[in-house]
Amino acid sequence: MTTAPVAAPSRLSGPRPRPKPMHRRARLMARRLPVWLLVAVLLLVMLYPQFWMIMGSFKTQTEFFANPTWALPEQFNLDNYIDAFTRGNVGINYRNSILVTLPSVALIVLAGLSAGYALEIMIFKGRRQILLFVMGGIMVPGQMILVPLFTVYFQLGITDSLLPMILTYTAMGIPLTTFLMAAYFRAIPREIFEAATVDGCGPLRSFFVIAIPLMKNSMLTIGLIQFFSVFNDLLIALTFTTRPDLATIQVGLLSLSDQYGSTQYGALFAAISINIIVLLIVFVFLNKKIMAGLAAGSVKG
Amino acid sequence: MSRVFGDRKTILILLLPTLTIYVMLKVIPVAWSLGLSFFQGNTLRGFEFVGIENFQTFLSDDAALNSVWVSVFFAVVVTAAQVTFGYLLALLYVFVLRKGSAFVRTAVFFPMVLPTVAVSLLFKSLIAVGENQGPVNDAINAFGGESVEFLASTSGTMTIAIVMTLWSSMGFYAVLLYTGLLDIPEEVVESARMDGATGPRLVGYIIIPLSLPILLSSIIFSLNATLKVFDSLLALNNGGPGTTTAPLTLYMYRTAFEYAEYGYGSTIALALTLLCLVFTLVVFRPSSKRVED
Repeated sequence: MTTAPVAAPSRLSGPRPRPKPMHRRARLMARRLPVWLLVAVLLLVMLYPQFWMIMGSFKTQTEFFANPTWALPEQFNLDNYIDAFTRGNVGINYRNSILVTLPSVALIVLAGLSAGYALEIMIFKGRRQILLFVMGGIMVPGQMILVPLFTVYFQLGITDSLLPMILTYTAMGIPLTTFLMAAYFRAIPREIFEAATVDGCGPLRSFFVIAIPLMKNSMLTIGLIQFFSVFNDLLIALTFTTRPDLATIQVGLLSLSDQYGSTQYGALFAAISINIIVLLIVFVFLNKKIMAGLAAGSVKG
Repeated sequence: MSRVFGDRKTILILLLPTLTIYVMLKVIPVAWSLGLSFFQGNTLRGFEFVGIENFQTFLSDDAALNSVWVSVFFAVVVTAAQVTFGYLLALLYVFVLRKGSAFVRTAVFFPMVLPTVAVSLLFKSLIAVGENQGPVNDAINAFGGESVEFLASTSGTMTIAIVMTLWSSMGFYAVLLYTGLLDIPEEVVESARMDGATGPRLVGYIIIPLSLPILLSSIIFSLNATLKVFDSLLALNNGGPGTTTAPLTLYMYRTAFEYAEYGYGSTIALALTLLCLVFTLVVFRPSSKRVED
């Protein structure tokens, strides 16, 4: 077994079969047929709904009623998209989502990075306890802090801005991020930081010139996890959105569906499709990082 | 060396901002919310101390108890289904598709990054009935069936919610478990095969026991995520018909912000937190023993 030249590691079916006569190869393919059918059905179920929605976003109102649902649009007209942006406020919703998400994610990553460094690289009494205290926050559902925060924000008079959302997302993102950052710092050999000290570099300086460059990858990974959880959140956005012009994409979509109901499919489909297309583009460029990042966040969380 | 890394000023500069935000915006609100659960009222009306009355109300409130049931049912069914499907997909990726699984993995994973609201509205359109019928009912008609109005019934709404959640998140659990399977040492699998274990026996006796830790992590993660379900059930049918598919999260939101019952809302939030804690402990306690053995 070990001496056989195995090209690809194949665990269940053993070493790769030698070239076979035609009829045996055909039999092998027939045996694989159910698997390919299964994969085809799987892909159809996963991809068709999204394809159907994007195609629907190009249809006119008459096409929706006259043609069967699976028909392709007669032509790619962009009226629905124009409608979504002009009457559906999709542009404003996007702007709000970006204005909320980017500062939140930046603050979360910065807060988690510095706390992770302090708790893992610096040495002082009680740092284990502080880490546990921060990690405890991972378990607490968002509903638990909504009412007190709503009261405070109202009394501070900042409910007419996006600030309440940014503050809340930052606080909610800190526990998991600090925990992950501490875990990543633990994986870096301490000697690197000690060598820097010998060379006369203070701990704060080594945070900036050594830790940050070393953690670039981890920062991107954690930033992506937090980006998706903030960008896709509805609960916080719904609670702290007091005016329609502060609505994020999720809140906007929800009100769009209430407003149009079953009468105006086009604009709704366009609004959802914009979501799918934008995230698809981000995903295509970063899919490995996103998959690894989300997986890391969940196993450790 | 330890004097340098024990420098007070540096520790404070790095740790204090994060701790301040965390304590001010998370820890204090949690404590505050705990306290509020013994009160009735809201900021405009004023608060009145009522002791454990909110908890008594909770236990005799049919809508609240139904919400507990919805949350638990949804969490258990979806967790069982998505970890099972995720595991089957992971096995498919590792043992059948092997190196060629990248495209399938990506395509099945992608819906995970879509906003839940968008997914809910997509499914709502897929199952729409009437003048502008969705493809699901068109397909049912094509096979000679009557159109089904899924969202008109509790069981129909629940079914769609479960299918929808599976659709959007099973690819994520598949990737999670896939990375777990890749960590199993090649030699262990090889030697088991030499001993004559194949197919289902290999999976049952070797692969599953070896991937138990990651399976348990997935179960805990999934339970915690599904117990907090909010967006999808709100966007799909607003907890309807009536309030029959409203989970605790949605019931809490309504109580606090639509009926302005801050005290009772806090009690419901506390119940939700306890539920998450209990579920995690139930899965975690016996499992941590087993892993140690």
